Amino acid sequence: MSGFLSYALFFTTIALSYGVATLGLNLQWGSAGLFNVGVAGFALVGAYTTAWITAAPAETHWGGFALPIPYGWAGAMAASALMAAIVGAVTLRLRADYLAITTFGAAVSLQLVALNAQALTGGPFGIAFIPRPFAALSDRPLAFAAANCALVVAVTALAFAGLEQLTRSPWGRVLRALREDEAAAASLGKAPDKFRLQAFVLGAALMGLAGAMQAQFFGFIAPDNFLPAFTFQVWVMLILGGSGNNAGALVGAVVVWALWTGSGSLVSLLVAPEWQSRAASLRVVAIGLVLAAVLLARPRGLVGERATVSRSLE
Amino acid sequence: MIAQILVDGVTSGAMIALGAIGVTLTYGLLRFANFSHGEFATFGAYAALVIAGALGIALGPGETLGDLTFGWHLVAALPGAVVLTALLAVVLDWLLFERLRRHGNAIVLVIASFGASLALRSALEFGFGPQPYYYTREIAMTVRLGGGMRATLDQIVVLVVALLLMAATHLMLTYTALGRALRATSENPDLARLAGIDVERIVRVTWLLGGGMAAAAGVFLGVTVQVRPTMGFELLLPLFAAAILGGIGSVPGAMVGGLVIGIAEAAAVPIAGAQYRAAVAFVVMLAMLLLRPRGLFGVRAA
Repeated sequence: MSGFLSYALFFTTIALSYGVATLGLNLQWGSAGLFNVGVAGFALVGAYTTAWITAAPAETHWGGFALPIPYGWAGAMAASALMAAIVGAVTLRLRADYLAITTFGAAVSLQLVALNAQALTGGPFGIAFIPRPFAALSDRPLAFAAANCALVVAVTALAFAGLEQLTRSPWGRVLRALREDEAAAASLGKAPDKFRLQAFVLGAALMGLAGAMQAQFFGFIAPDNFLPAFTFQVWVMLILGGSGNNAGALVGAVVVWALWTGSGSLVSLLVAPEWQSRAASLRVVAIGLVLAAVLLARPRGLVGERATVSRSLE
Repeated sequence: MIAQILVDGVTSGAMIALGAIGVTLTYGLLRFANFSHGEFATFGAYAALVIAGALGIALGPGETLGDLTFGWHLVAALPGAVVLTALLAVVLDWLLFERLRRHGNAIVLVIASFGASLALRSALEFGFGPQPYYYTREIAMTVRLGGGMRATLDQIVVLVVALLLMAATHLMLTYTALGRALRATSENPDLARLAGIDVERIVRVTWLLGGGMAAAAGVFLGVTVQVRPTMGFELLLPLFAAAILGGIGSVPGAMVGGLVIGIAEAAAVPIAGAQYRAAVAFVVMLAMLLLRPRGLFGVRAA
């Protein structure tokens, strides 16, 4: 029983860390219509930043300042935000799908750096011994899992409440107005590039935080954790849950993570060991088909965006 | 040294150029960046592998052609792979992209193509496994070209065939009625429809052409490097870079862009090391987007 409970707690912890990345993507795509295909790149920057800041000094990689975890997470958000500001400044004024190509290229290039700049990142072996939150409880598994889960629930709730406030505020209205009709919004004196850049940077900071949280909970990161498949998972979470809706983003994250880990355990139970790596690729095919099916059959997702109407019409 | 960079760059650039033709055509016509285009090259390479293998079983292992590493089996498999991949592109459009186009939002197509890319690649990995394949175990003969340049005979043949395919595509687009209709539709679909052009047919031709050329690029990549599930995906960034460099919608631009990217990649290897090769296309593309977003030959503002 306690084994199941601590598994459920760990599942929730990881699912919600994806949820924070999905909330970030929802701000970028759901509210502002910005097409980011480099989610993995921003999460990667966050994960490595927190690893450098919080891990103990090691000869295998740079950093190792052994600072407390909150510094790591703040640094992760700042580093990803900075990345987004640079990428955004170059591409946000161009056509929407140029942003898609550029963010994709940035993520691929960052992954290459993580893989090859061994002195900085530990290369293909990654960085291990990243301190976990509540390490003092680690000899009591259930309390340890519960404390970690409570932490990520608190962070997610904070991000959720903040984004709900933001999207309802005049700032959020401007974003949606720009998404729907840029010319009309610009004619009302709203500077499209400024608002878009703000949304892009803020969303990327959340992705960096998600990457940092995962680094901390797993205690280990490697370049392979941040392949384009990561980006794709977050996108499927958002589209399945319902883009434009923060609650939808979280629902999508939990549902997709459940499907993903569930199919993973099913594969390891049912498939012979020598076929497991092949069967794993079949899971990716399945998640691609789920996305296509949702896009075609239920483009608004499970929850969907709330219609925004004038108060006098409600 | 510099001459050798040129030889290597032009050969890999010709393959990038072939793939970029499809990217720029579908981008220009349907207004979306197709992330699954790299997988057309992968699919073509595996299709040729299967066809050549089947021919080998049916007719017995063939002789290699002169000093080349491959024989008639692979030569015969090339058109088969091109046709199969062209059909795959049309079927994918019919199953997924056409339906989404009707819903309106063009940008949703991009994420759908990203999904299609991962699904196709994983399906190939499921079928063939992650290990690389080679069309042959023969050792490629190297030829001295003078001036300190060397190339394998395979490279030279592949380069010549790729250039012929590009020339044929260019002539078709410039001088035939179909090519004119295709360019007109890319310029302005509504006006083209008014002029009596069957736009649906043009869309199909675009996918056939783009898919077929990507398949040829995949087979050539298989001949000169190897066949593996990620080969097309790794080609994707260079393809986009070539299309943007040349100007979206411009086929001659994509060809020139492909060659430039190929040479830039080869030139960067001695400086930055082979492991950062894939990032070169990204850097060139970023510079182009900053300096001249509409590309070398593009007319449409970015």
